[in-house]
Amino acid sequence: MASATASLSTHRERGTGHARRATQDAPWVKWTLLTIALLFVGFFLVMPLAAVFTEAFRRGAGAYFAAFSDADALAAIKLTLITAAIAVPANLVFGVAASWAIAKFNFRGKSLLITLIDLPFAVSPVISGLIYVLVFGAQGWYGQYLNADEPWFPWLQQWLIEQDFRIIFAVPGIVLATIFVTFPFVARELIPLMQSQGTDEEMAAITLGASGWQTFWRVTLPNIKWGLFYGVILCNARAMGEFGAVSVVSGHIRGETNTMPLHVEILYNEYNFVAAFAVASLLALLALVTLALKSLVEWRHTQSLRSENSES
Amino acid sequence: MPLLRKERSALPGLNLSLGFTLFYLGLIVLVPLSAAFLKTSGMTWNDFISAVTSQRVLASYRITFLASFAAASVNCVFGLLTAWVLVRYTFPGRRLVDALVDLPFALPTAVAGIALTAIYAKNGWVGQFVDPDGAHRLLPHGIKIAFSEIGIFVALTFIGLPFVVRTVQPVLEELEPELEEASASLGANRWQTITRVILPQLFPALLTGFALSFARALGEYGSVVFISGNMPMKTEITPLLIITQLEQYQYAHATAIAVVMLIASFTLLLLINLLQKWSRRYHRV
Repeated sequence: MASATASLSTHRERGTGHARRATQDAPWVKWTLLTIALLFVGFFLVMPLAAVFTEAFRRGAGAYFAAFSDADALAAIKLTLITAAIAVPANLVFGVAASWAIAKFNFRGKSLLITLIDLPFAVSPVISGLIYVLVFGAQGWYGQYLNADEPWFPWLQQWLIEQDFRIIFAVPGIVLATIFVTFPFVARELIPLMQSQGTDEEMAAITLGASGWQTFWRVTLPNIKWGLFYGVILCNARAMGEFGAVSVVSGHIRGETNTMPLHVEILYNEYNFVAAFAVASLLALLALVTLALKSLVEWRHTQSLRSENSES
Repeated sequence: MPLLRKERSALPGLNLSLGFTLFYLGLIVLVPLSAAFLKTSGMTWNDFISAVTSQRVLASYRITFLASFAAASVNCVFGLLTAWVLVRYTFPGRRLVDALVDLPFALPTAVAGIALTAIYAKNGWVGQFVDPDGAHRLLPHGIKIAFSEIGIFVALTFIGLPFVVRTVQPVLEELEPELEEASASLGANRWQTITRVILPQLFPALLTGFALSFARALGEYGSVVFISGNMPMKTEITPLLIITQLEQYQYAHATAIAVVMLIASFTLLLLINLLQKWSRRYHRV
């Protein structure tokens, strides 16, 4: 950095009387940049959001609410809620377990483990669905197991065939694909948080005779509850909104294996735009609530940092 | 498993938490991902090569790669600008804009896809002014945005914006004002301070943001399929081609293309990890 500043040799007459500091931008620069940035945000972020609600109410409130009296729309909403109700707690438990192991202990291969946990974020949603088709589809390992002449656990094969238990093109596949795409959310919030908190408080609790579970519930959990909440709302938003992965494994059976995003697609492709945007507006509302909660948690976080700083 | 050698600790629960973590990671992520690689290992090399280099597949790589690259580049410029404005200036509604930047993370991709299509199609808010069939066309021949390559680029720009802002913003917040003051007191004008003092410090973060945005765009599906028009050889992105192959029960072909994409994504992931290590070291100095 020293060489960069030393090479700046242009000396200019400064101090012409106005109070602007040398590290601030000129007002015209500020207003130009601000205008460009706000136009960009308006064009790319605000307009799509506004479009969803405008299109949804294009034929008035009556047509908007009529879209929700459709049984298939209600089934899609229900399936979305069920999927999130399974996927989010599953990844929550995993996130807590993974961050406990990673933040509180030392073992070799830790950074590899952290990279592997982030892996689902690097995989295209379509491929996330595809790999479950390969494992659980009719042509996949699961299909081969059902058709095997001498399977492991013949009673299980018998039972699965009797129940006609399907995974792909059925609800279990949708849940599995959703778990995959939302896999890292809670863990990646908690790992850095718990690492920064160290192990002193837990050590003190154990020394004072608390059991492991008591230590977790009474010491660790209160310390991480906001980070946990943050991870959960992001995980939930993605779980309810996932499209690509779920689209591959769902089979698109109306009223049975359609989640809300898939129902939006079907309605849209049938040129039923008002109904499509009406269902989409619920998802957009979910996104807005998520953003509001996220800002709230971030605001609380900076407030608590500030009060900690003023105490010390 | 010699990979995970444990050290003693007074805290309980390592075996339980690590055991569960590895079990769940294997079950949900590693086994299904390895299925893709195992499936292609059953193909002969020539079959694999012809599956992943047919004309239609090559055309899909081209449009996916170019549109992602263009979107990530545009996001670098406007993402940096947005981060700058959010960190350096106070203006009414700053908090709101700050929260809105994450909208593409929170808004389901299918919703973004139909909303963008509605805006840029010929009757849309923007489309009516620019589309060749728009009612209030401003340019003599118009520009087709929806159902063209430009539409793909618009959708990918929307999807990638937060990655650049959110990687640059914290670095910008932690820049030491002393360096700028030193630069100014040594006689640099504002432009010189920005290009020679501030931008070099932001460069690793900007590059990371670019890579994250690019990586996300390569795999993006939901926001693109509605606006792209999906014409083979022209506006068919690679993830869509995988779905098309699947729907025709061409599992081996679909998986072969997926493996190529997975290798590209994992290479990018490795690159991003290295970049982040680099930028962290850069800032500790």
